Amino acid sequence: MSEKYLIFGATGSIGSSLAEQLVNSGNSVHLVGRNENETKSISEKLGCTFTIADVLEDGFIEKVKNDISDIKGVAYCVGSIDLKPLRMVNESVFNHSHTTKPIFYKISGTWGNHEGSLLLWLLVLTLFIFLFLIKSREQKKNYRILTLLFQQVIIIGFFIFIIQTSNPFNYIFPVPSEGLGLNPILQDPALAIHPPILYLGYVGSSIIFSSTLAATSLNYISIKWARHIKKWVLLSWIFLTLGILLGSIWAYYELGWGGFWFWDPVENVSLMPWLALTILLHCILILERKLIFTSWVIILSISTFTLSMSGTFLVRSGILNSVHTFANDPQRGLYILIFLFCLIFISLFIFFFFHRIEEKKYNFFLLSKETSILINNWFMMYFLTVILIGTIYPIFLEVINSEKISVGPPFFNKLIIPFLIPFLIFMAIGPKLSWVKSDLNDKIYLFIFLIISFLLSALIIKNFDVNFLTNTILVTSAFYLFFITLRDFLIKRFSNISQNIAHFGFSLLILSILLNNIFSTEVITNLKIGETFQSEKIKIKFEGIEKKSIDNYETIIGIFGITNSNGENEILKPELRIYNQPNIVTSEADIKTNIFTDKFITMNLVQNQDYFNVRYQIKPFMIWIWISTLLISFGGTISLFRRKNEN
Amino acid sequence: MITVFFLILFFIFYKGLKNSNIYTPNLSIKKDIPIFEAKLFDSDNFISSKKIFKENKFYIMNIWASWCSPCRLEHPFLLELNNQKNIEIIGINYKDKIENAKKFLKEFKSPYELIISDKDGLISIEWGAYGVPETFLIHNGKILKKYVGPLDINSLSEIKRFIK
Amino acid sequence: MRYLKYFIIIIILFNFTVVNAQNKNLESKITKNLRCLICQGQSIYNSDSEFAISVKLLVKKKLNEDFSEKEIYSFLRDKYGEWILYDPQFNKNTYFLWLLPILMFLIGGAIIFKIFIIKKN
Repeated sequence: MSEKYLIFGATGSIGSSLAEQLVNSGNSVHLVGRNENETKSISEKLGCTFTIADVLEDGFIEKVKNDISDIKGVAYCVGSIDLKPLRMVNESVFNHSHTTKPIFYKISGTWGNHEGSLLLWLLVLTLFIFLFLIKSREQKKNYRILTLLFQQVIIIGFFIFIIQTSNPFNYIFPVPSEGLGLNPILQDPALAIHPPILYLGYVGSSIIFSSTLAATSLNYISIKWARHIKKWVLLSWIFLTLGILLGSIWAYYELGWGGFWFWDPVENVSLMPWLALTILLHCILILERKLIFTSWVIILSISTFTLSMSGTFLVRSGILNSVHTFANDPQRGLYILIFLFCLIFISLFIFFFFHRIEEKKYNFFLLSKETSILINNWFMMYFLTVILIGTIYPIFLEVINSEKISVGPPFFNKLIIPFLIPFLIFMAIGPKLSWVKSDLNDKIYLFIFLIISFLLSALIIKNFDVNFLTNTILVTSAFYLFFITLRDFLIKRFSNISQNIAHFGFSLLILSILLNNIFSTEVITNLKIGETFQSEKIKIKFEGIEKKSIDNYETIIGIFGITNSNGENEILKPELRIYNQPNIVTSEADIKTNIFTDKFITMNLVQNQDYFNVRYQIKPFMIWIWISTLLISFGGTISLFRRKNEN
Repeated sequence: MITVFFLILFFIFYKGLKNSNIYTPNLSIKKDIPIFEAKLFDSDNFISSKKIFKENKFYIMNIWASWCSPCRLEHPFLLELNNQKNIEIIGINYKDKIENAKKFLKEFKSPYELIISDKDGLISIEWGAYGVPETFLIHNGKILKKYVGPLDINSLSEIKRFIK
Repeated sequence: MRYLKYFIIIIILFNFTVVNAQNKNLESKITKNLRCLICQGQSIYNSDSEFAISVKLLVKKKLNEDFSEKEIYSFLRDKYGEWILYDPQFNKNTYFLWLLPILMFLIGGAIIFKIFIIKKN
């Protein structure tokens, strides 16, 4: 088959003369025209093929393509019309979207991938710089400008990063007929809003970072500044708390093993800035009254953002292995690494050359709020160190010794849990102390509560053959904090309510996690349809399966009848979803929640077997873990919106 | 002082970037072959590992399954190895249905001298394997080399170099 | 009034003990401490890969054969290397891992202590 010249607009004067000349010089042509009669007559005259098509209509290229396959050249001689660009498709959209995907996930899919999430990150950065501009009017002008400058440096850094290594606006051509689809486990409401919330938290710390650097270099650190920066600390702390919460909720019902925290590197890197922010928040409480610990506050502000950035580095570079890996690329990692260390060196420079340490003689008393906050800092820093070292140690060992090890939950549990006991007790007593100096003579109830908590814990724990001593002490300290904060809540009511709510939330969180850990039970078994698993406590009957077809997946729903020892019957329906694009099978848990326990069931296919692997768990107090975290961030929110300073 | 500390930190992360984040157990360890007892593929008899491997002879131990598609990729290489002298190929049929496995062998021809069946994957664990296919080169009761994933031209010529 | 509230809470907590079922056994403790080589971010306990299923079976079998927890760990470490254990052993490779956090804790304590000493002087 000979190759042809394709001529659009062949009926026009330029088109028709061109066609004539080409034919005369021995080439063959194919005409494309709008007017059927005219095109036909010209083609008959020249003895060539033609297509009737309008370049403005959809699918005209397909129409032409049907008539001609190989072309040597194209002449575009269409008269004065608005040119329509060739259709192009965004590469990132192609990689992560699909037409059958529900609209909600089409939107959330924009930040469900590396490029898009960085764009979101950048958006939040610019949003924060704007917020800072309009919210800092009462501050000194120099300070505002310098903060904006540092913030711009960060923004520019990320701009270059996006353009150089992960441009979300790359186009691909030719246009593919269908996208590759979003990973099904990301198609979930909690995970759809998780990144924006989490980024608000991470990126919020960038404002703290830049304003601290600005304030340090201008020697502007003052009580006024502390009050102003406290709002920003609170803001990013609230969002980070909520972001981590959403991530945990997602992990709980999507990953199919009933846990919500695994000490996975990605989880750790979100917890580290959270801890740093929490420490910072407490320090700023002192700073805004006493103007002491300035150096410590500066170091904390710098390290908070540095930790967020290192988190980005560790996750995006693929240097660590995690369940939640992004598509990784060492080049990206290298860029963030260089950028991160540039920021670290800039801040070190500013800290050492501009920060004047004022040796202020300040009297500390053993029993004072300052001391208790110091002790709180001490423990929280320790937790932070454990997590930091546990997360990056494998990298160090591999580089130095080329040996690979895993650092997982047992390590963190061993190093954190024993220290949790004194921490909780200090946390209970600390807020009781007043600023400067106080005594504990009239506070006998502190002691009474300790005894009550101990008796209660011992009574609860002794019914279970778990490690009695450690668990009792642990639960005692958690109950102690719980009762003390609850008492404050009931007696003091509105004085210092934000702190009360947050601390109460925290005690509830620790208590629920502990009780959840101690009392969780599970059954793992293989069942065929119609079979029943029976133990003295529980009966699980696999009653059957249903098949359904929904938008972008097909689902197999298992129906399980569960009878507990009281004879109460319940039906649970876990799912196996077979997504069409990409072709992935996911297992969806079915969870029945009430205020005391969650009943959690998943089923999984087993290779070459006709039975399903069924995992049934009873997880007490699950919902309280979520509620308490909400309470913690609610406490922060109240503080954010309170005009008057708290006592 | 602190600057030096951060520079070291930078250097370590920089080096760390180059390492792969996916763990594969050490590939060339001269380990003794494990001792185990296994059911034969085509009968109900059991065989002890001591009876399978003899001194002064090369063995290929290949873990395969009919449901594993990379196994189909490496199959021609196994058949080619089977033509070599001085080498015997032992198969471990991993978590497979007997009928499917037999169909597979009928369709592609069997390169195996002997097949043992590993219904629950425990024998593969004895060998330190964690997926299909995996291949071990054995001589004098020692594992000379281990290949994770399907064999290819390179590993084939390497094995040929070993047995010469 | 206040004590009544506490009383109610206590009652609720005791009613809750009915929910309790079997004790968490050694098996799940061990499998939680093993890392899956297929889905490398997950533990054997959490994973449903073929490899994880086999290892779970192996742990069960070894426990029935009266192997101790430590023996099972060393068996698997021998096959797959140190990496498979989530709980790194205390040896020359991990001195820093275990001791550095504690050291930091002590240093922090020393700094706080110093603040009080300065106060006395």
